Amino acid sequence: MRDIIGLAFMTIGFTFDVIGCLGLVRLPDVYNRLQAATKCVTLGTCSILFGAFLIVGFTAAGMKSLMCMVFVVLTSPVAAHAIARGAHKAGVKLWKDSVIDAYAEDKEGKT
Amino acid sequence: MKLFRWFLGAFILVGVVSFILIKSLPFLFYPNLPFLGFLGRALYIIILCCIFCLYRIWKGPTSADRIVAIDILGILIVGFCAILTISTRRSWYIDIGIAWALQSFISTLALSKYLEGRSFDE
Amino acid sequence: MRSKIVLFLVAFICWCLLNWIPDWQHLLVGIFVAGFVAYLTGDLFIRSPDRLSHPHRYWYFVFHYLPLFIWECIKANIDVAFRVLHPRLPIRPGIVKVKIKLKTDTGITFLANSITLTPGTLSVDVDREKGFLYVHWIDVKSKDVEEATKIVVARFERVLEKIFE
Repeated sequence: MRDIIGLAFMTIGFTFDVIGCLGLVRLPDVYNRLQAATKCVTLGTCSILFGAFLIVGFTAAGMKSLMCMVFVVLTSPVAAHAIARGAHKAGVKLWKDSVIDAYAEDKEGKT
Repeated sequence: MKLFRWFLGAFILVGVVSFILIKSLPFLFYPNLPFLGFLGRALYIIILCCIFCLYRIWKGPTSADRIVAIDILGILIVGFCAILTISTRRSWYIDIGIAWALQSFISTLALSKYLEGRSFDE
Repeated sequence: MRSKIVLFLVAFICWCLLNWIPDWQHLLVGIFVAGFVAYLTGDLFIRSPDRLSHPHRYWYFVFHYLPLFIWECIKANIDVAFRVLHPRLPIRPGIVKVKIKLKTDTGITFLANSITLTPGTLSVDVDREKGFLYVHWIDVKSKDVEEATKIVVARFERVLEKIFE
């Protein structure tokens, strides 16, 4: 029974991984790609690791997969934040149908 | 024309995924089988995601797109290592996963510093 | 000194989880390694160890913050999946500016991480002196600062204020 629940978690994980990578291909802009890819792939990988923990149980591999889950949740938003800031400072434009860009307005006002 | 392209893409994607998964369906009826059948197919799905990422690395218009794709590829490989742990019952694959997550995070930070145009110790 | 003791405990628990199931040899080596790490880098990570000794902060973190975070994360994923799979891509992106009231480093870090993993938002930059946070929003609902603050930040800030301030 525990194996079946673990396999269900892993299947949810594959689904969100595929959707996230599809968003990486389809969306038109660096920031939109970053949003779709970071959210979906983080939750997908965490779900796969949690399914692995459910199947294996409280053994060495199970505890390591739990630690890996916490680590991925903590680090991937930080990496996304760093990439977005770097891209905006490097001068990557927003998509042509974007509504507002408050950050660029404030930066021009300062200098 | 756009709708036609969407239908073509959805048809190809659903076709590939169901072709990968449908041969491993008998594990539902024989619960005592090892999981190698289903999870061995699941590895191909992660490889499909990696091919999407490689497309974005190959064809990204700016360098920021390529860095995003490299970051996502690093997280996907952690999941790959977790599936290898389950399907082969060797516990040291997850060690590779932890090390890969750490190294991928640090390399992403370094690449974004490079993108920002600053030195590493600032 | 107290921050070194806290870091020693954290490092020792991480060592025990990495070497599951611990026997006495692992514990002995772990005490030496965690003590060495805490002696070298004790003052770098934890600035104010007095805040760690209040039990009601842990209570709020486990029973108020974590269920909210997991629920918002699942909602965000379904939202993004709908937007990606829709044939016409219903997005209206833009970068808006929101106000934050938190002051501590850890609080701002947790707030930015929570914003990144919740529906349709991604934190871009922090202006610490004026208390502004720049957020990339995939579906802009209002360009005003106050209303954007009410929609994006308010539900997390209410909980995080009790934990980190």
